[in-house]
Amino acid sequence: MFETLILMLDATMRVSTPLILAALAGLYSERAGIVDIGLEGKILGSAFAAAAGAAVFGSAWIGLCLGILASVSLAMIHGFACITHRGDHIVSGVAINTIVAGLTVTLSMYWFGMGGQTPALSGDARFLDITFPFADALQDVPVIGAIYSNLLSGHNILVYLAFAMVPLTYWVVYKTRFGLRLRAVGENPHAVDTAGISVAFIRYRALIVCGILCGLAGAYLSTAHNAGFLKDMSAGKGYMALAALIFGKWRPVPVLLACLLFGFLDAVAVRMQGVEIPGIGQVPVQAIEVLPYVLTVLLLAGFIGKAVGPKAIGRPYVKERA
Amino acid sequence: MSQAKVPAWVNLALIPFLNVFLAFLVSGLVILAIGENPLEAAGYLIYGAFGYDEGIGYTLYYATNLIFTGLAVSVAFKGGLFNIGGEGQAYIGGLGVGLICLSLDNTMPLYVIAPLAILGAAAFGAAWGYIPGYLQARRGSHIVITTIMFNFIASSLMVYLIVNWLKEDGRMAPNSRTFEENAWLPYLHEVLSPLGIDIGSSPLNLAFIWALLCCVFVWGLIWHTRWGYQLRTLGTNPTAARYAGIDTAKVTIWAMLISGGLAGFVGLNEIMGVNHSLLLNFTAGYGFAGIAVALMGRNHPIGIILAAILFGALYQGGAELAFEIPSITPEIVVVIQGLVILFSGALEHMLKDRIEGFFIRKAVA
Repeated sequence: MFETLILMLDATMRVSTPLILAALAGLYSERAGIVDIGLEGKILGSAFAAAAGAAVFGSAWIGLCLGILASVSLAMIHGFACITHRGDHIVSGVAINTIVAGLTVTLSMYWFGMGGQTPALSGDARFLDITFPFADALQDVPVIGAIYSNLLSGHNILVYLAFAMVPLTYWVVYKTRFGLRLRAVGENPHAVDTAGISVAFIRYRALIVCGILCGLAGAYLSTAHNAGFLKDMSAGKGYMALAALIFGKWRPVPVLLACLLFGFLDAVAVRMQGVEIPGIGQVPVQAIEVLPYVLTVLLLAGFIGKAVGPKAIGRPYVKERA
Repeated sequence: MSQAKVPAWVNLALIPFLNVFLAFLVSGLVILAIGENPLEAAGYLIYGAFGYDEGIGYTLYYATNLIFTGLAVSVAFKGGLFNIGGEGQAYIGGLGVGLICLSLDNTMPLYVIAPLAILGAAAFGAAWGYIPGYLQARRGSHIVITTIMFNFIASSLMVYLIVNWLKEDGRMAPNSRTFEENAWLPYLHEVLSPLGIDIGSSPLNLAFIWALLCCVFVWGLIWHTRWGYQLRTLGTNPTAARYAGIDTAKVTIWAMLISGGLAGFVGLNEIMGVNHSLLLNFTAGYGFAGIAVALMGRNHPIGIILAAILFGALYQGGAELAFEIPSITPEIVVVIQGLVILFSGALEHMLKDRIEGFFIRKAVA
């Protein structure tokens, strides 16, 4: 039983990582007042760029840089449409998701000609698992050994980075000048403007951070979790991250917990495949898969708590002119 | 303010044309970047879509789905609601059609099944639109997020139902049994051939005629009924609508019911018209493409028909293009679709403000 739990928590960490990165990306964007439906597209774009870069240059790090570059570029298109040209945030996000879904397949067919995949990555072209010191030695110690050696040790660097981003984000959003302005821009942009600070510049910077984090999430999918890019490999993770962001009410620590919950549900769904539960019988996998979305809808409907987003979210800021 | 000084043709024709032109220009650059000639590609595309009878049939068959989802998006849009749940509503609408056909095809003739299937598609699609609509109107949950969630819920629900309940016994493929032929919507080429009209065989079926009827219905509903006026008022200025005594919650819910019902008709074309069995993922992104169609068609039925035919041509021509130039994948059509959403939707103010400014200045001078 304990072994199974450790295995499921281990799987939870792996599945949650892209969700955490993407949800935090959405947090920066949405706290600054920019709705980001385009998380999905940015993850997919980065996953492709990272895998392609890693395949060509043989280095996961170069792949990561290219992934971040691709994701930040997409975030800037979003910014150009939503901030500079006061476009609809949702429409722009849908546009980015659609363009990326088509472009990644088109480009990978052109470059690699493998039916929309990139070549399989191995060695330095992937982020490999890191084994903590003494992990092997502690393996046999009861409880601690399992937790230290099997759960905490043996993930790749992006997993640890994702978890480290949570306190970092908390610090940036709540304890720095940039964070204060970021939140202010999302709640009351007029006040920020009156203080002589550029609303557009803050929002653009928030989107750059958002792009970087989505870039990490995408690179994780294609160069760490998997060994290469597959068509539509983001498979709704961006939307699930968006759900986690709302479920965590736009705050870093609750968002982390929501991501872990959704990741855990995924691990449970995999485990429960074809398992008979005494008294209930077989629980359909789809019923567990669908829980994150159902829970988010229930939360939004106000049946479990209340989700109130940043006040100025989705509204373009027009500086008054004489 | 000085809107009146801008000639009507600028807003109705020039700006939409320039936006779409920009989208195609960028698509051409993408094709150029992968080392092919965009003009040659466009040639194959146009030939594939309009060059021969079967091509036209396929183009209109794709357009049928896009008219339904485009109308669905635009009805919600008129009320200021962004329904990106067309994909899920179409999926569940298909379930309605499939259940009617599966239960009646052994006993009833087509003229009984077809109207019931239409009702089934509308009822199931509308039900799937109702919940997000209700939650938006009565509990303030944001419709964009709930409709996204409902797309995923629909997808899981359909996998569960088809794999566990509706799958044909003893077969691995996740689809239901094939309907008896009296539950097939007739193909248009079969309907027209007794009249001596030969249009070449294609999946184009009577759902296309139904799509055109839906356009007339939506046009009448939005511009010629009291409810349509309430809907447009809600979309233009919700506060004014409330002060005018319009029950905005009720209008919101009805808008989502109608929107979902229209999206559900995709099932009519796909399940009853072409596949003749209930299967997974038959919606294939038409729900999202409907957003591009509605934006490009400026939320007007005539615009939507034109935009749907254009996108239908892209789908059909894209397949031809991929056949002629193997280095170009059919996914290029998805890129073009995304670029249209970007330029006609998200960046609509980019050209509009400048061009309108130009005409206003000219009128003043």
